[in-house]
Amino acid sequence: MEAQQELSGWRKWLEGMGDYVLFFTRFFRNIFTGGFEWSEFVRQCYEIGYRSMMLVGITSFIMGLVLILQLRPSLVELGAESMLPKTLSVSLVREIGPVITAIICAGKIASSIGAELGSMKVTEQIDAMEVSGANPVQYLVVTRILATSFMIPLLTVIGDAIGLFGGFLALNFTDSISFSLYFNKCIASLDFSDLLPAVAKTVLFGFAVGFVGCYKGYHSDKGTESVGIAANSAVVTASLWIFIIDAIAVQITSLLFYK
Amino acid sequence: MKETNHHTEAEKEPSTQKEEVVIRAKGIKKSFGKKQVLKDISFDLKKGENIVVLGKSGQGKSVTIQCVVGMLQPDGGSLEVFGEDITTMDDDELKQLRIKIGFLFQGGALYDSMTVRDNLEFPLTRVLKLKDQKEINKKVEGVLDAVGLLDAIDKMPSDLSGGMRKRVGLARTLIVNPEIMLYDEPTTGLDPITSREISELINRLQRKYEISSVIITHDMECARITADRILVMDDGKYIAEGSYKELEKSDNEMVRSFFNVSA
Repeated sequence: MEAQQELSGWRKWLEGMGDYVLFFTRFFRNIFTGGFEWSEFVRQCYEIGYRSMMLVGITSFIMGLVLILQLRPSLVELGAESMLPKTLSVSLVREIGPVITAIICAGKIASSIGAELGSMKVTEQIDAMEVSGANPVQYLVVTRILATSFMIPLLTVIGDAIGLFGGFLALNFTDSISFSLYFNKCIASLDFSDLLPAVAKTVLFGFAVGFVGCYKGYHSDKGTESVGIAANSAVVTASLWIFIIDAIAVQITSLLFYK
Repeated sequence: MKETNHHTEAEKEPSTQKEEVVIRAKGIKKSFGKKQVLKDISFDLKKGENIVVLGKSGQGKSVTIQCVVGMLQPDGGSLEVFGEDITTMDDDELKQLRIKIGFLFQGGALYDSMTVRDNLEFPLTRVLKLKDQKEINKKVEGVLDAVGLLDAIDKMPSDLSGGMRKRVGLARTLIVNPEIMLYDEPTTGLDPITSREISELINRLQRKYEISSVIITHDMECARITADRILVMDDGKYIAEGSYKELEKSDNEMVRSFFNVSA
């Protein structure tokens, strides 16, 4: 009996993975076939990018500010106070900025995509699109996944800049440093191997947020409860994927750039 | 909207002249898990004919029309639409077929992030690939006029009543000129007056656009107004077939119970 239950669990897991692969194939095929929904893509970029900017900006600002306030005592103790701009910029650009932005987007965007598509599924809007001969994957899924893949890197770059500004203000609570000196120190401490992998992984984070949100919404069961489940599950799964992608990306970056 | 309707006072008489079959179902079976919903479904829909499928909730009435439009694959039997077996069609063939079939969902299934105008433009620009805005506007206004909702053209679906949503849903399916209409409980959740208006609208549109229809309902007034032929479903099979008048006098207790409830 236990063996049967275990077998059924594995079967469900395999079916789930099969559904993910099938959904990815449909998404990928629909990028290149038929007409691209430019107007919907632009609308999604606005909804996903512009409407998340305030949240990402405030969080990044606080993050930069807090990091400097937390780092300062330790670095002062070591007599390395002048390293504060470098420490902040490297940690913010390489790791904290991309991950924090992606996690915020998982909470805000993946849940909203999951809930929106889930409620469209429940109210038969996706079925109506499909039976009319239109292509719901092209209109709803491709546009959202590409918009998150495009906008989350952009949000990260903006968030990093705001975070560095927050760090500058925090430094000036106790010390006095000019903006140009602080900015030059930050930029000088960063090179190509910091920026490129960081931006590249945010594209993957964006993809994960969009893909998981769309998948969970598109495959939600019928019934109002399923909308909540789809939204919740989208956040949890997207957040998990962000950390998994981050772990893999860091390994690859280390092998390629930090030998 | 100004044309008179001769079918509103009495039920429709069965059609005798329309013989071209547009849907032919033979021995369709469909199960969900261990539950067999459709056991042996066979029917023909002739061109220009309205057939009504009656049955208790959960009997698989909606499953039947979902099979017709390719949303569900039957487990057995054959299902031909316009002479072609839909169970063997690929995605592109199915897409082409779906353009000829309109499907009205229970709640109208309007895209709630779009206005009524955008809802109606959607199939024109995405399915028929029309580009000329003047032609699009003309079609949108024409079909909205046909369902009597031209005034609601710039409203959002959330601003519409249940009956209006169904009318707009109907307009959205009719805008691509389908040859077959599948109605999934078109009058459910509506008051008797609006239900009657929707039923009469179905008849008017059937005549205006020469559409063949399958109407799933348990609203006997809707059945009386719209049906050329009625199929009564029970336990995954059709147990009776005939006109409203014929079935009203049926010896089968289950069939009669529908008419007795409505009396």
